[in-house]
Amino acid sequence: MAVKYQKSAGLTDNALTYCPGCTHGIVHKLVGECLVELGLLPDTIGIASVGCSVFSYDFFNCDMQQAPHGRACAVATGIKRVLPDNIIFTYQGDGDLASIGIAETIHAANRGENITVIFVNNAIYGMTGGQMAPTSLIGQKTTTSPFGRVLQQHGSPIKVSEMFATIDGVAYLERVTVTTPKHIRNAKKAIKKAFQYQQEKRGFTMVEILSTCPVNWGIKPVDSLKWLEEHMIPVFPLKLFKDTGEFHE
Amino acid sequence: MPKVLMKGNEAIGLAAVLGGCDAFYGYPITPQNEIPEYLSKYMIEHNKVFVQAESEVAAINMVYGAAGAGKRVMTSSSSPGIALKQEGISYITGAELPCLIVSVMRGGPGLGGIQPSQADYYQATRGGGNGDYHVIVFAPETIQETIDIIKESFDIADYYRNPVMVLVDGLLGQMMESVDLNKPIKKRFLPPKDWATNGMKNHSGRNVVSSLNIDPQKLENHNLKLQAKYQNVIKNETRFECINMEKAEYVIVAYGTMSRIVRSALEVLKEKGINVGLIRPISLWPFPKEAFKQIPSNIKGILCTEMSLGQMLDDVLIANNGKHPVGFFGRTGGMIPEVEEVVRAIERFQETVVK
Amino acid sequence: MPKGRITFEYEKCKGCLLCVAFCPVKILYMDKVAMNKSGYNIIKVTDMDKCIACAQCATMCPDSVITVEDITNA
Repeated sequence: MAVKYQKSAGLTDNALTYCPGCTHGIVHKLVGECLVELGLLPDTIGIASVGCSVFSYDFFNCDMQQAPHGRACAVATGIKRVLPDNIIFTYQGDGDLASIGIAETIHAANRGENITVIFVNNAIYGMTGGQMAPTSLIGQKTTTSPFGRVLQQHGSPIKVSEMFATIDGVAYLERVTVTTPKHIRNAKKAIKKAFQYQQEKRGFTMVEILSTCPVNWGIKPVDSLKWLEEHMIPVFPLKLFKDTGEFHE
Repeated sequence: MPKVLMKGNEAIGLAAVLGGCDAFYGYPITPQNEIPEYLSKYMIEHNKVFVQAESEVAAINMVYGAAGAGKRVMTSSSSPGIALKQEGISYITGAELPCLIVSVMRGGPGLGGIQPSQADYYQATRGGGNGDYHVIVFAPETIQETIDIIKESFDIADYYRNPVMVLVDGLLGQMMESVDLNKPIKKRFLPPKDWATNGMKNHSGRNVVSSLNIDPQKLENHNLKLQAKYQNVIKNETRFECINMEKAEYVIVAYGTMSRIVRSALEVLKEKGINVGLIRPISLWPFPKEAFKQIPSNIKGILCTEMSLGQMLDDVLIANNGKHPVGFFGRTGGMIPEVEEVVRAIERFQETVVK
Repeated sequence: MPKGRITFEYEKCKGCLLCVAFCPVKILYMDKVAMNKSGYNIIKVTDMDKCIACAQCATMCPDSVITVEDITNA
């Protein structure tokens, strides 16, 4: 009796605190699975940022640090510099990375810090109850853009991966999603490659993962997957932005 | 051991390394630039870690990470930069992480100026971060004392798992004095850092560094544990110096650069037949209240003197507890008082207290 | 055609229905009566024999509730 699929050893036994159908959970599984498959758990230190994923320090089955809002990449830099042979990853949402933490993230990338950033973009602030995020779409209604996001007032959805593609220190950068098994397989490939590039000390690696927020979008979980595909992907195209070299087996 | 002539800021850098510093994360700001400049060369030559961060906010968070990974780590900055670090410092105390923070004070508020000041006493001892926390704060008076305290600060930080701040000002940072780099420091038993996040292969179980306690009872218990730690700090790390207290008619309370000026003023006052003592706090937090027990009961008054408009004054009033009249003299904004001004301040204070 | 068997860690199910939506043989449904301790209605299987061990249900499940076994040659 071969087990085809089971809970990853890369995750602890704690129940996830995410809302029903939130795809944060899927991203957690992929990160856990990659760390297990690459045999990296004993060497890994993960950084939980502030947002829905703040409790991820209870979910990843490796040493963790919880960073102040927006500062995960600085904390990661601090660790990586003193533990250059350990594997360091940050797990951040769009509020943490693209709003308050954009400077720390850009400069970690610009220094080519050998860390892996898991960037979960769900176009809203989830933990605090559905406020507008830098990645919220034009017209998207949130608790702080009740009439919909307006370009002149709120600016447009920020294209993080497109921006980071211009930074030399970036060794691997891809935007993926997890709305179907096929997308999930591709997302896992991207995350695994990002960790492998870190192992090879190639520099800064980041995977931007378009993710759902059923509760704050006000859309059922299954329908949220469709909403993401129809509304977010056109604004945030799925694409391999940067890959500094063929991955030699 | 032969003495070496060193600039304050550079002595701070070297002393930190002699104290076992593994990593420095900082950002340029006058008047402390020589610290990162010196260490940017020294740390690389001794294959330790040096990073000039993109901001003081990033720098203190790098410190958080490296400290959480079990390393000896420091940052340095000046007044506005220390203001930016307050959130990080609060997190570091909440997560019980050891580190050294050097603050080279300059005139404020806001961008202020770059001349020496002591107007960050509140910032250092009351903290600008959130929560019931304390940073252990030392204020040396000479470059020698700065070196000795910094060398010991990493042991103190590790022992209590708490940040230590060494507070100097632009004058101490910029001047040169001859110093002995090899004075031995106090031996302390330092438990192994089995809590550090350096990978599960290096320890049993899973280590987590965090200051988050969403359950209020757990958070309160955590705070009570921190307070118990702070009581130990008060008991063991309070430091001060009392000078010329026996037949004193007045006592001046002053620290750092200010106390150097007061020492000269005591001589001038003695020639004028006014015997004045000096209480020099070396630890600002914990504030040396017991030094006030050494004040002769018949003195006419206590004069608090600072390079600010009166911040340590609060602690002096608390320690004095209404026993003696308390006066204040201070210059701020980067103005450094002359010896003569301190002498006149005592004479003016004399008129107010002697009916 | 491979055959599979799936089991649920019901206490961790949040009734989000992602698994139901992605089961290609449509053998999953939400039991409107049975609930776990958290009060979520849980997912049941109509006919385990039809399971082809594709694991799409488990892949989509955000909470690692489902374990899939390939029993083709059991």
